[in-house]
Amino acid sequence: MKVSYYPGCSLHATAKEYDQSVRVVSKALGIELQEIDDWSCCGASSAHMTNHKLSVALPARNIIAAEADDLDIMVPCAACFNRFKSAQYHLKENEKLKAEIEDIIGKKYNGTVATRNPIDVVYNDIGLEKLSELAAKKLEGLKPVSYYGCLLLRPPEICEFDDYENPYMMDGIMESIGAESRPWSYKTECCGGSLTLGKTEIVVNLVDKLMRMAREAGANCLVCACPVCFANLDMRASEDVRLPAFYFTELLALAMGLEGPESWFKMHNVDPRPLLKSLALI
Amino acid sequence: MQTFLEEVNERIGGVPIQSCYHCRKCTAGCPIAFAMEYNLNQIIKMIQMGMRDRVLNSSTIWLCASCETCVTRCPNEVDIARMMDVLREMAIESDVDVKEKNILKFHEAFLSSVKSGGRINEPLMIVNYKLKSGDYFSDMAMGLSMFMKGKLSLFSPKTKDIKSVRKIFEETKG
Repeated sequence: MKVSYYPGCSLHATAKEYDQSVRVVSKALGIELQEIDDWSCCGASSAHMTNHKLSVALPARNIIAAEADDLDIMVPCAACFNRFKSAQYHLKENEKLKAEIEDIIGKKYNGTVATRNPIDVVYNDIGLEKLSELAAKKLEGLKPVSYYGCLLLRPPEICEFDDYENPYMMDGIMESIGAESRPWSYKTECCGGSLTLGKTEIVVNLVDKLMRMAREAGANCLVCACPVCFANLDMRASEDVRLPAFYFTELLALAMGLEGPESWFKMHNVDPRPLLKSLALI
Repeated sequence: MQTFLEEVNERIGGVPIQSCYHCRKCTAGCPIAFAMEYNLNQIIKMIQMGMRDRVLNSSTIWLCASCETCVTRCPNEVDIARMMDVLREMAIESDVDVKEKNILKFHEAFLSSVKSGGRINEPLMIVNYKLKSGDYFSDMAMGLSMFMKGKLSLFSPKTKDIKSVRKIFEETKG
């Protein structure tokens, strides 16, 4: 299959390992990525928290660019995914806003392509059976809790993604590559997101709670699909409670024996290599 | 002249906030409630009572992380997360003193980075935030470590058609 690819700003910087692992895993799974031509930032939290029209127009510019290729858009970053889905929702619901945005951008919005996260593509289009076949090295001993956070799921009528109170797709993906996904109640709790710079102490409080609950659930790591969540988990948790965090695509690449995982793990703040070595996974 | 309540409802453009019957499900699920001076349902009541300055000057509207748990769980489908966006917009437009200045400065630094390059250059955006907020020294060691790991590139690619991005900023201004 072929999709339009929107990496977004973080995947070119602090979330490099997410971009690289998505590309490597997609290639191995036969998903061809065509990067959206001359894409721009989606505006993330800062646009929608301060200017509604801007928060629809910025993603719309990229969606309209993708419509030219007539391929569904794969958006790995949960924050970008949420802004794309939200813009599409408002453009569909609000004719007047749609006309204004089309006027600003100077092109028509058709609403003909869907926005999808790689979790959904891997789970629904590739399927767990195929994934299990391709995962030559089962990740035995790895006990992740799946951390979905906010932006993939809420609000449900906009995100249209998984069960919004008890999501299961990432857990299923982890089980299919041999990891023991631990059940816990904090799958969809918030990490504090963009408060990380302006109000660091709140984010520390929230990620410490996540780490304590992950430990209580018997996990030895966390797995996620969002650069904001990952940055907060990886950099803001207190030393006495922290556990290594992974992007789910890094673990897919490791299980499938693809090139790259060790170079990505080096970029983490909390080094996951001692854990993986102790389990003889690297 | 519109009341504060009417203005907020008009800007939300959905279920009127007076549909709230104060079950406090929003506040119970709010991950940031522990740090807020007014709970979410209290903000709704204060809007109904016309307490414009106290609402727009509260820390609550800036501490909201937009996790959308409140609107997802509200039995009356009041869009509390959108209400917070609206209140932030109104606080910026009005002359009230913004309570959580650093959070607003972060959003300003973020958007000015988008406006200048079309994409966020994370290191430059963070430096810009530090200059605006005066909070120079926190996270220096972490920043340096990320730089050494090659995660903070000063020369990330920009959007070529930057004019089209700047036009969006110009034409969506308040």
